[in-house]
Formats: sequence, C-alpha cells, structure tokens
Amino acid sequence: MTYAIEAEGLVKRYGETRALDGVDLVVPEGKLLGVLGPNGAGKTTAVRILATLLRADAGHATVAGFDVRRDAHRVRSLIGLTGQYAAVDETLTGVENLVMIGRLLDMPRAEAKARAAELLARFDLSDAGGRAAKTYSGGMRRRLDLAASLVGRPHVLFLDEPTTGLDPRSRTELWGVVRGLMAEGVTVLLTTQYLQEADELADDIVVFDHGRVIASGTSDELKATTGAQVLQVRPTEPGHLGMVADVIADVVGERPVVAGGEATVNVNNPALVPSIVRRLDDLGVVASELSLRKSSLDEVFLALTGHRAEEPSAEEPNVKQEVPA
Amino acid sequence: MTVITQTAPETTPVAVMPGRVSPLASLRHTMTLAWRSLVQIKHNPLELLDLSVQPIMFLLLFTYVFGGAIAGSTTEYLQFSLPGLVVQNMLFATLTTAIGLSTDITKGVFDRLRSLPIARSAPLAGRIVADTLKQVWAFALFLGLGIVLGFRVHQGVFGVVGALALLLGFALAMSWLSVLIGLLAADPEKVQIMAFSVMMPLTFTSNAFVPTDTLPEWLQRWVEVNPVTHLADAVRGLLTGGPVATHATISLLWAVGIAVVFAPLSLRALRRRT
Repeated sequence: MTYAIEAEGLVKRYGETRALDGVDLVVPEGKLLGVLGPNGAGKTTAVRILATLLRADAGHATVAGFDVRRDAHRVRSLIGLTGQYAAVDETLTGVENLVMIGRLLDMPRAEAKARAAELLARFDLSDAGGRAAKTYSGGMRRRLDLAASLVGRPHVLFLDEPTTGLDPRSRTELWGVVRGLMAEGVTVLLTTQYLQEADELADDIVVFDHGRVIASGTSDELKATTGAQVLQVRPTEPGHLGMVADVIADVVGERPVVAGGEATVNVNNPALVPSIVRRLDDLGVVASELSLRKSSLDEVFLALTGHRAEEPSAEEPNVKQEVPA
Repeated sequence: MTVITQTAPETTPVAVMPGRVSPLASLRHTMTLAWRSLVQIKHNPLELLDLSVQPIMFLLLFTYVFGGAIAGSTTEYLQFSLPGLVVQNMLFATLTTAIGLSTDITKGVFDRLRSLPIARSAPLAGRIVADTLKQVWAFALFLGLGIVLGFRVHQGVFGVVGALALLLGFALAMSWLSVLIGLLAADPEKVQIMAFSVMMPLTFTSNAFVPTDTLPEWLQRWVEVNPVTHLADAVRGLLTGGPVATHATISLLWAVGIAVVFAPLSLRALRRRT
C-alpha cells in the first residue's frame, strides 16, 4: 500500500515542553485520517511539520513520497492547508484572494480567474466574490479559506480544526465538502477536537494526548479497545434508582454512575444483562429504558486519557506559532 | 455547497516537478504579492487618503502652528521643516511593513503563503516593494502640497530625484528593523505602540524641526549623531541647496549599519519560525 503521508518518530520541543514526543502516523492514499485530541495535544504542531512550516527536532516525514524537509518545495506543490483560523486577506475580495493564490501557483491570469470563479461557485460564494473578505461571516470565511487551499488541486489536504467555532449548520456543510473531496480521491489529514467529526468523516483515527499517539484505529476499533459496552438502566420510578444501582453493583461487580435518573456502567460481558433484568423483575422494578450499546468515542477518549476531550472555548486565542498548540 | 464539480486531482508529472523556484518565478511571486498589498487602494481610494492624512496634517500643523514661533514666518519655516517632515514620515512609514507582516502572521496568511510552492523571499519582498511605492507616493504628496504652501525647490529635478533615492535607500535599510519588529511583535497594535515610542523621540531629537543650536548642549551631542539629523540635512541640501556630501555619506553609513545589524537578526527570527 502506498501512503500519501508517512511520519515516523516526530519530536518537537519548545523549551521544556515536548509539543510532539515521538509521533508516528500513516495515511493511505485517498483516505482521511482524523487526528483527535484536546487543545495542546500537539495536533497543530504535527500539521505544521507535515505542511513544511515547521522543522521537527527529530524523526522524519514524507508527503506524497517527498521528504518534508529535503524536498519541501515539491511537497508544497502537492498540498493544500487550511489552518485553525481563516487565513484569507480580509482587505481583498473573495475573487482576489483566490486569483492571488492562482497567480502564485504560476497560473496564467485567465486560468487563475477561471479557477477562482469555479471554486467560488462550488463553495456558494459567487455572489460574495466581489466583496472584501472582511464583510464575510465566519462560515463564509472558512469556505473561502478552504477554497484557497484547493486552488492548486492538491493531492494531500491538511485541515487543521476546520470547523472549530462554526455553527452546527456550517459544520455540516463543511463536512459535505470534505466528503466531496474524498470522493475525488484527495488524501486528507483532519485534526479536530470534536469526536463526532472524526466519527463522521475519518477512515482511521489517531488519538493525540500530550504530544503522543495514544491510540489508533477505525472508529469501531477504538470503541472496542476499551473492551466495554455501556449498560444504561432508567427505572420508571425514580425512587427505585438506589435498588437498580445495588443490583447492578452486585451483578457486574462495579458501582454504576447514577445521574439524571439513570444508572450507567461499563460491562465487559453482555451475558450479565439477563441476570440483571431477572433480579430487577424479582424486585418489582420496571425499567422504562434499558440499553446496552457500544461506548461512544467520548467514553473511549475518557478511558484512554483519563480526562474528557475538552470542548474548545468559544473564542480561541490566536496563538502565535512559538506557543505549542 | 452540494454541487460538486468533478475535478479529480490531475496526476502531476511528479518527475518533472521543479525542486526549487527559478529567479524569474521569484520575481513574479514578489510582484503578485506587491499587487496584493496595493490592490486595496484601487477598490478603496480612501486607503490612499489613509496614507496621506499624516503627511498633510503634519505639514499644515507644523507650518502654521510652529512656523511663526520658530522661524518668524511660515514660509521660511516651511523651507526648513519640509525636509525634516519628509524624513520623519519616511521613518514612520517603514513600520507599515511591520504592521502588515504582523497582521499576516496573526491572521494565518503568512503560513498560507509559506505553504505554497513560492520563493521563500517573496512574502517579504512583495511587501517591501509595495511599501516602497507608498513611500514614493508620500514623498510626492509632501513635495506637491509643500509647493502649494510656498516651498521652493532650488536644486532642480536631480536634487529631487537624489533626495528620493537617499530616502528610499534609508527606508530599505530600515525595512529590516521593521521586519524584525513585525516578526517579534505579538500583534499589530503592539507594533503601533512600539512605533510611536521609538520613532517619536528619535525624530524629534534631531534637527528635523528646529536648528540644533537652540537645544541644550547635552542634547546637541546626540542630535549631531542622530541619523535623522543627517538625513534631514542631506535632503535639505538636495532640495533647497547647502552641503550634501557629508550628510548623505553619514546617512548612508547609518543605513548600511542598520542593515548589517538587522538583516541577519530578521532572517534568524524568520528561520526560527520554522
């Protein structure tokens, strides 16, 4: 199998902190790798190294077969990058932003203009194309930013938290665009703090925490790694919750978490469920809800890292690159 | 959003893909990025006014507010102060580079440009080319408005061209300092503050606006080395007559000194980012 992106042992230090502490990852051609992790896990640092913006202190990486350090120029002609904040020139119009990129990619003026018009149409920005980007909404800016990274028809696309700060509708729209790109065979590396986003889009997922890859696999594989399924029981009578908890603790051997009128516990052996049901029946407890399901990525993340994947704060500071992000 | 045109990535003939940028392409990239800095003026001619407000205001204020007190007459003072104002404005304007660069960095535009297969020098060079053209505009504005107000050029076209060349040469050297500030400042506002707190004292502790012998003696000693003094005197000489050679030479030596110190520091700061 050929890999569009291959990284081995990437290390990046900022003083005492290790933003990356030996990261390995591979992305097969035409696939989407979701890099999942909380703020400060090293996701952006990894993207910046792979996109030739930052040099790793150790390790090496190739993109489309070219070494990101020795062959940076060739790598740059094959990649597109969309960063955490919309990197568009706000004083230029949408058209001008895209034409500028086209011209920088050595397209003749007419071709650059045609490509700009094509991309604006594709991203639903044709009407706004003649307006300065500073008049755009957040979602429009992100779309223009993504369009800018596509001007050169990249083979490999880096999307660094492309939906952070977007409203749910714009987010779903962006997912649609990413799926379209994947259908065209573009390889994508997408970083996100949103577990649902990785779940929706990624072929494979790697989980970053403190500059390391702490888990990798498909969404289903990751969910299976905790080995657990989640049992939730909600009694019809809220007063029975104590009894439910006692029964579960007795059968499973672990006290369930009791919150919001239901008891939740991880079970490794689904065969235990019928005996819980029997015991509850004997006690005359009626369950209005009883479910056994695979762990969500959220729970996987909690199990892997010992902490929840923080939701990004509403307004993320625009970190300068000296700060490991 | 839902209309996805089929634009499969073309299989770029990777083998013939160049590994670096040709000098001609570098120049093209630089010009594209210079265009980018200037095109806003085309849409929004008010931008041009933005560039011009400070020169016009300073010229009017200095001439009509201080003229009488300092030189006894506004026209006479204009003859003395216009070259000084031109120099001061040139120094302030070099910080346009820092502000633009800092904006690009905070907005992520700088990274986008660096992720493109373009000459590494183009983002800086493009900006500096554009800012140099803005310097030419400000110089022309000063001279034009000055002439309307009564300023007289005594040294002809060669004097004017010489003065402009000297100013641009110095501005180019100062760009290296500006680039360093742009790379190190946390955001564009910090650049403004830095600009004000460095450029104001630097330009006022010179003979740009008042003759040196009116100052306290301890200050005179600094004024005599301050490059602003020599630049102002050289520009005076080139426009209105008077000694030029020594002042121009000292100005250029300062320019070389500034470039020698700050070019490597800027390039190091730039490399640090990678």
